[in-house]
Formats: sequence, C-alpha cells, structure tokens
Amino acid sequence: MREELKSILEKAGEQLKNAVNLSDVEDVRVKMLGKKSPLTDILRSMGKLPHEERKALGLEANQVRDSIEELIQKKLAVLRGQVRELKFKQESVDVTEPGITRDLGAKHLITQTIDCISQIFMAMGFSIAEGPEVETVFNNFDALNAPKNHPSRDLTDTFYITENTLLRTQTSPVQVRTIMAQEPPIKVISPGRCFRSDSPDATHSPMFHQIEGLLVDEGVTMTDLKGTLDVMAKELFGKETRTKFRPHHFPFTEPSAEMDVSCFKCKGKGCNICKGTGWIEILGCGMVHPNVLSVGGIDTEKYTGFAFGMGVERIAMLRYGVDDIRLFYDNDLRFLKQFK
Amino acid sequence: MLVPISWLEEYTKVPENIEEFAEKMIMSGSNIEGWEVFGENIKGVKVGKVVEITPHPNADKLVVCKVDVGENKPVNVITGAPNVFTGAFIPCALPGARIPGPLHGKPKKEEGEVVEAGEVRGVLSEGILCSAHELGFPDKVIPLVHREGLFVLNGAFESLTPGEDLVKALKLKDKVVEFEITPNRPDCLSIRGMALEAKATFKGQLLKQPVELSDTFLDSKDFIEVEIKRPELSKRYVARVVTDVAVKESPWWLQLRLMLSGMRPINNIVDITNYVMLELGEPIHAFDIRQIKSKKIVVDVAKKHESFTTLDGTVRTMPHNTLMIKDGDKSVAVAGIMGGLDSEIVKDTKDILIEAANFNQDSIRLSSKALGLRTEASSRFEKGVSVTLCQEAVERVCYFIEQLKAGKVTKTSVDCYPEKSDLPETKVRVDRVNHIMGVTLSKDEMVDILKRLDIEVREEGDVLYLTPPHTRLDLLTEIDYVEEVSRIYGYDKLPLTVPRGSNSATKSEERKLMDKSKEILSGLGLYEIQTYSFVSPKAGKMAKGKEVPVVTLINPLGDENSSMRTALLPNVLEILQKNMDKNNDEARVYEIGNIFIDEKNDEGLPLEKVSLSVGMYNEEETFFTLKGVVETLLKTLGVKDVTFEKESKNPGYHPGRCANVYIGKERIGTIGEIHPEVLANYHIDKRVMAGEIDFDYVMSKADTMRYFTEIAKYPSVVRDIALVVKDEVEAASILSIIYKEGTELLESAELFEVYRGNQIEEGMKSCAFTLTYRSKDRTLREEEVALVHDKVLKALKERVGASLRDS
Repeated sequence: MREELKSILEKAGEQLKNAVNLSDVEDVRVKMLGKKSPLTDILRSMGKLPHEERKALGLEANQVRDSIEELIQKKLAVLRGQVRELKFKQESVDVTEPGITRDLGAKHLITQTIDCISQIFMAMGFSIAEGPEVETVFNNFDALNAPKNHPSRDLTDTFYITENTLLRTQTSPVQVRTIMAQEPPIKVISPGRCFRSDSPDATHSPMFHQIEGLLVDEGVTMTDLKGTLDVMAKELFGKETRTKFRPHHFPFTEPSAEMDVSCFKCKGKGCNICKGTGWIEILGCGMVHPNVLSVGGIDTEKYTGFAFGMGVERIAMLRYGVDDIRLFYDNDLRFLKQFK
Repeated sequence: MLVPISWLEEYTKVPENIEEFAEKMIMSGSNIEGWEVFGENIKGVKVGKVVEITPHPNADKLVVCKVDVGENKPVNVITGAPNVFTGAFIPCALPGARIPGPLHGKPKKEEGEVVEAGEVRGVLSEGILCSAHELGFPDKVIPLVHREGLFVLNGAFESLTPGEDLVKALKLKDKVVEFEITPNRPDCLSIRGMALEAKATFKGQLLKQPVELSDTFLDSKDFIEVEIKRPELSKRYVARVVTDVAVKESPWWLQLRLMLSGMRPINNIVDITNYVMLELGEPIHAFDIRQIKSKKIVVDVAKKHESFTTLDGTVRTMPHNTLMIKDGDKSVAVAGIMGGLDSEIVKDTKDILIEAANFNQDSIRLSSKALGLRTEASSRFEKGVSVTLCQEAVERVCYFIEQLKAGKVTKTSVDCYPEKSDLPETKVRVDRVNHIMGVTLSKDEMVDILKRLDIEVREEGDVLYLTPPHTRLDLLTEIDYVEEVSRIYGYDKLPLTVPRGSNSATKSEERKLMDKSKEILSGLGLYEIQTYSFVSPKAGKMAKGKEVPVVTLINPLGDENSSMRTALLPNVLEILQKNMDKNNDEARVYEIGNIFIDEKNDEGLPLEKVSLSVGMYNEEETFFTLKGVVETLLKTLGVKDVTFEKESKNPGYHPGRCANVYIGKERIGTIGEIHPEVLANYHIDKRVMAGEIDFDYVMSKADTMRYFTEIAKYPSVVRDIALVVKDEVEAASILSIIYKEGTELLESAELFEVYRGNQIEEGMKSCAFTLTYRSKDRTLREEEVALVHDKVLKALKERVGASLRDS
C-alpha cells in the first residue's frame, strides 16, 4: 500500500504538471483527493489493518494528502498569476493618450492682476476700499488739489455726465472718500475702473483700471514710501528687482515721484520691453499734499501720508507680454484661455 | 522742450557725456524724453557753389549744375529743384558721403543714406545737392524759402568757402535734449530755466548774458503811450520802439538755434523775438508801428462779436472777454495769442514796437480754447509767466537787434506796471523737511541745496525764510520747498524703510463674495469677460431688455459709447457674437460689473448696482446647463430658497425656455434661451443660453458660513419610482408633493431622469425619482417606510394624476 501511496503522489504531481487552467486543477483535486479517489479508498480500507500498521500508514496517507494539497495550491497560485497577467495585458492603456478633464474657466487677466497686486498690499496691512465709477467733480478733481484750469478737467480729457458729475479718471476719489470718512491711521488700496477720453489704439483705452494706495499716519515719510513700493516691486516682478524713484509732479502729492523697476526681462541690460534703458516706468507716487489731507479735516502737522497709483493694464501688459491693450476688452476666448 | 546743449552751455557748464547729463538731470527732477546728436549722420558733405547751370539734354524739368566743391574741377550734379541759381551755396554730398535722409521720395532709414554717383536720364550725376530735409531738419522748422527746394545758404552767410566741410562750416553738430516739462514748472520752458536746473544739479554757476546797448537814441515814450484798461487781465505791458529796421534773413547761428529748438526761422526781427522767448520764456510780439496810428496802445477786451483777422489770414469772431491789444479802439492783436494780419512785420516795415507783456493765465487759456488757436505764446501764458520777465526780455531783444544791425534801438521802454507784486517769502522749518523726507539733514545742508536753486535764504534759528528766484511761480508753501530739498538732495539717497504700526487688512463682504463667485464660475468652466461701462443707446432695445432711466455722457467718444450700461446682457451677447465671428466654436462667459440707473442717490450720483450676466453657446448648452450654473453658484454662495418659474412673455427669450429666478419672493433675474429676434439683432445664428441676475441682491442673501450636521448613524431605505404624468406637469410641483407627504422620514427626493417617447403615451412623460428615507434615531423598518411611501404615491396620483410606470 505504501507503494500505492507513492504512486498516487507521483501521479498527482504528473497530472498537475499537465494542468493548464483552474478547472484542470479542480479535476485533479477531485480525482486525487475526492470521495472516489484511490487515496480515499486506501484510507477507507485501512480499518482492516492492525493497529500499529494502521497508525503508521495513516500518517503516511495524510502526508500524501497534504503534499497533494500543497501541490494543488502552488499550481493554483501559478495559474491565477497567469490569469491576472493576461487580464492586466488586456486591460493595459496607452498612458500617452490625453487625460479626461473638466475644462476650467478663468478670471479675466485684469482681475487676476488686481488680485495679485491686492494680495501683496493686503499682506502689508492695506485694506481694500472701493467707490462708484460715476463720481463728483469735487471728489475727482477739487479735493485732489487739481488746479481749476488743469487740462485733465477738459471735455477733451474727461467724460462728463453733468457739470458736476463725471466718470472718474482715476481711483483717487476713493481716497478722498476714505479721508473724509475715516480717522488716521488710514491704510487702503483702491482698485477699479477709470475712464479717460482716449480713442482706443494699441496703447490707449477709454476705459482702464487703476490700483491706488494711501497711507496716512503719524510719522509717515518718503523713505516709507520707497520701502513699501520696493517690497511691492520685488513681490510682483521678482526678488532681484530694483527700484528707482524719479522726481515728478502730480497735483495731489508733493514731493512726487515716478517709480521705475529694473527690467525683469533683460535684468537691466536693455531690451525691447524697457526700450534699451534697463528700466520700466511702473507708477506715480508721492507724499499726500497737505491740501488733500485738509479736505478730510486731518491735522497735517500731526499726520503725514503717501499715495501711489498704477495702471493695471500697463502692468498686465508688461508682466504677460500683451502688446495691445484692446485685447483686454475684445474678450476673444483664444486670449482669455491663455491665462488660467 | 527742445534744448540744444550748446545754447545751455552759454549759461552754465554741463558734463560732456550726454548720458551722464541726462541721468543726473532726470534724477534732480527734469525728466528727459530723449536726445539726439544733430549732425552726427552728416559725413563728408561739402559746401558747394553752383558755378554754371545747363539744361539737362533729356529732361525738361532737370538741370545739370557745375558745382565747385573746392577741388580742381567742378563736379556735375543733376537737380530738379526750382530754387537753384548760379552762385548759390548749397550743401553738396559727393559719392561716399553720408546724410540722414530720407532721399527725395524714399522712406527714412535709421542709419541714414550713403550717397552714390548715378546716371539720371543718361547724364552722370557726381553727387547730390541737398535739401534741408535730407540733412535731417524736420519739415516744420525749415524756412519756407527753401522748404520746397535745395538748402540755399547764401542768405544766412556773408561768405562761405566752396569745399569746406559742411558740418564744420555750419557748426551743425549739437546735442539736442528733449525735456518733459510738468505743468508746475513753466519756468523750465526756457533755456535759462533749464540752465538754472542744470546749475543746481551740477553745482555750477549761472552766467549772465549781455543786454548792454551802445548806440541808442530818444525814448520810446516819444513815440508811444500804453494804457492797461483791464489790470486784472494784464499786470504789465512793456513797449520799446525800434526804428529803421532792415527786415532780412537771420544769420545762420540764429536760424540754426531756432531750428534745433523746433521753430521755423522767418526773418531777423521775428527770429530775435522767438529766440528771446525760447531763451527767457517770455513771449514777445513785434508790431509794425505804422499800424499804431493813434500812437497809443490800449489793453482791453474785445467788443461784442468783434471780427478780427489774425496774421495767419483767418477772419475770426472774438469770443466774449477776449483780451485784445488795441490801437486806440481798433484791435491790432489778440493779446498773448496771435498778432493781427495788418500789423505784421513785412519787408518794407521801417519802425516797430516790441511788446513784452504779462497776461492772465486763465484769460489766455479760455480765449485760446474758445478760438481753437494755440500758439507758442499762448501755451506759455496759459501755464504762467513771471511778470518780472517783460523788461528783461525787451532789453535782450534790443541787444540782438543792435548786434545784428537790424535797426536803431530807443533808449528806454514804456513800462506800464500798475501794481508791482512782491515775491512771496515762505517760512520753512528744518525739522519739518526732515520729518517728511525721513532723514536728518543739517540746516547747512538744506541751505546749500536751496542756494543752488537761487533761492534766497534768511535764517532764524531752525527756521528758514525763503524767497524764490523771480521766475519760479510754484514756490509758495512749505511743502513746495520740501520737494525742492528732496529732489536736489536726491531721491536715490533716501533709504528704504517700512512704515511703523501694524493693522490688519480687510476687504468688504461684497468684495469677498465677488472673489468667491469668480472662483466658482471658473470652476464651472466659465471665462470672465470685461466690457466697456458705456454702450450704444440702442443696446437695451437690441436685447429687448426692460427700459430704465439711462445715464448719458455729455461728451462721448462716439454714439456707440454714449450711454452708461443699464444691463450687462447686451455686452455679453456682443462678445458672444464677436467670438462666433472669430470661429471660436464654443464660449461660456460671464461678467460681474456695475450697471447704472439714472436715479440719484443722496450724493446726487446715479444708482450703481452690481449685476451678473452669463452667456454661452455650444451644441451641448441647453437651458439646463445654464440653470445648472446659476443653481450651483447660488447654492455655493449659501443663498437659500431659490426657485425658478416659467416665464413665457419676456420678449428677450424663447417663450418655452425661459425662467425667472427668485430668492424667496424677490425676483432677481431671468435666464433662458435668447429669442431668435434678439439673436438676429446681433447677427447671431447659433442658439445662445444667457441671463442676468441682480448680484447686489444675491450678495445680500449670501451666507458662506457653514455649520456641521451630524453624519447619519442609521441606514437609509431607498425607493426609486418612475412616474408617468402629463407633459405640462412641472417637476417642481411633483417634488413639492413628495416632500409634503414624505413626512420627516423623507430625507431627500431627487429627479434623475425624464423620458418621453417609446412606451410612453403621446403628451405624457416619465419622471424617475429617488426617494431616500431615514430616521435620525433608529433603523427604519420596511413597513414604516411602506406606509409613508404609499401615501406619497397616492397623493401624487390624486393631485397630478401620476401613475407608476410598469417596469
């Protein structure tokens, strides 16, 4: 019988070797370990054997059963592996095909630029203040120390609704509103739409956007103005950016300046963006004129302040290389889609 | 303001290196637009003398000139210019010479032109005779005598040597700098004003220019009397008589200075007055004294509707209150703007009156504007001219007249100056200057800077009493002097500091909500657009919007930009149409912006409201994709109680695909498929889904705060039902029945499919809902659910005739 057990094991091994799929293995299990298998027959017939011999043979028979079971499991593992391999192969994809996406939209480039600059100033403690687009002549000109005969007041420069109301030509009226409504310290920026009577061409638009800033507090100096705008320039155009302040004239500030930044494209060597000078004019600024502070009843001996203003379109054009201001208002999807 | 450096250097020394000069002048406050080195591109051009002219054998309009260029033999040059004559001195460019160009009838080249010999109609031209334009002078400065022909030098020179290098002979090489003059500094519209700036910048000296006369006779008052009738419009009038004038072409140096400064030489008398105007900033006028018949100059306003012929030959009606210069009561000039044709200096003028006067800025500005006539003189007067300049300017004119032997000068002027004004003295505190600049300059440093600007300083301890130079009209208050000290000290020397104090930055709730809305809409695949706030007055009608009072501009750029927008939808439609025109096959856009309604608020300003308009086209866009955008936006903003009601009467929309949007009972806008007639107005041939809602109201109802709700502990029981109802039964009414009957056990009900067609009777539709039942405190038993669910089905059957679709 021992011989028989040995041959059963060999047979089982032989059959499993030839098995090619999972049901072949199942067949082997039934044939070799099932109720009608020779091994079961042997186990059944063992009752007739003497005790000692029965014990020894039983042990051997069980070992054979375990071995066969082990072989089956091994074979199953191999075959399952092969099946999975095949499935993987069938299911494999071309990873270079495009991903399935949901198309996102985007904020307008003007909005993005305003957001970007606003964030820089908010991090420095400037709050956002806003005001109406249709303004009074007082808020837009008189309160800002603009001489009565200043050409910017002319019908050729400014859009009027009535004699006393107009489309604001700058966002400075928001500063006037703030000065009149609030005690120092005042620390605000005001982004928004402005209007000037310019026929549209590559560099002019009758409607454009500005961001202006105002800081009024005790002991505010020109060095603070320089420091604050230098931080902005570095945040906006890169850490290596340098700033240059040139004296200039604006009615609402004195002393006044224009700020240039070192060209972010050529790093100051001279290129087509900076027209070979290495510098790009970015904004106008200065110390708030005492006449302007007085409009809000602010004590000009106690408080000083600085103000600055920049054109959003100009900054966006420089930063993103847009060469025609009209593109902002054409709203061609092929333009809008580039900035997301 | 164009400044030839050679002229500036008569007053003060400046650095040789133009870049260094420009950089330092810019940093001390004189901004520079650019510069050029005139004459740099003229190389190898010679003074030529035409010695013989013969007709061109093959061309009627051309001649062959033999030109002496200082060589053994004259060269042959062909020209068609009408002003050539034998004996003419003309710049002659021989082969290889370089001139700025452009050559006659050719485009201008950056690097100029190199002259070549060439055949003209079969005859060799060994060079070219040049026009002033070809040598680089702009048309507007070229004297009229040789504007249409060659640059004939005979009138400007007493003698010239053929063959001399032109640049040397004419002293053509000069650096010319263009300064940007800000409106507060009219004093810088003069060579002397710029020289004072240069002197302060380079710590130099300001040299005095000669005015001494050697041969004078009589007094002006023997010839003329002056009366200012309107002293509030004219503070001063200085008149000087010059007799026996010889009107002729000015010497070359004078012509060149004027041309490099952007002015056209006319004749010696006019040129001198222009020269002194450029030099000192005081406009000067010269009259032919024959026309001052009454021997009395009267400064007074024009008569009502007075007609007057200015020297440009135009007959003009004088606007109300225009200040005039009169001979008795007959006008001879528009004060400070332009002389009269009758009193112009002409060839046979013998005696003249030189006028240097001061006129009121505003008066000149208003008259010049009303007349539509702006001149060098008026643009200076309207910016402001120092009253002290009149006498100086007249003396300088007389000096040149004598130097150029252009006439006999009288000894003294008639100076009508009724009310002398003093220069203002201003108190300036040293510590205040430092306080604003943020530095600690010593008093001495400040005084040094101020003196460099020719400001007079009187010290009293730490207080300075300052008097400006007489030409500086802008130095009136302490802050004006702070600016002077800072710019000459140098902005670049100020350190960078950060403002002290800390405060938190805020933005308004509206701003936050708008920012958030834009993020949400981007996430939904929409692109933000920005359109003009002013539109065509037809915009509202084209989109068939409701009529509201319109805010209109007095002075729009054009009719199409003359009304402030009362809605955003017309702009959105226009942008969609433009995108279709560009063959963009799909678009999903929105704008959030202000609309304007002519209802005055307490400030007297029109009402401005924030509006949102969405518009889209693409084959896949339907009413429901649009509605989905609006729903998602409102839901994410936390707006509650949003409903949509069918709208079939709005003329702007498809009557079957339009809804009004409500928040509670408030109608906040309309969305839907745009009516074909509206689309036709915009020449749109695709279906467009669009709408507009009152975003101010949306923002007032927004609630972006979120509160935690406990996550359900017990399982739900889900029932899917397909109901067959009549087509006109609205989903909203079915849902409201379901919710009403579902009791507190119904957690949610959702419509997930609507089906019409096969197996469904005509005029009916099948709506599939998922009903989710759940209890907060126990696991629901099937029977409990069945009880409620059956009630729901029963109610649906009774109220909207809904039957379950057999599966």
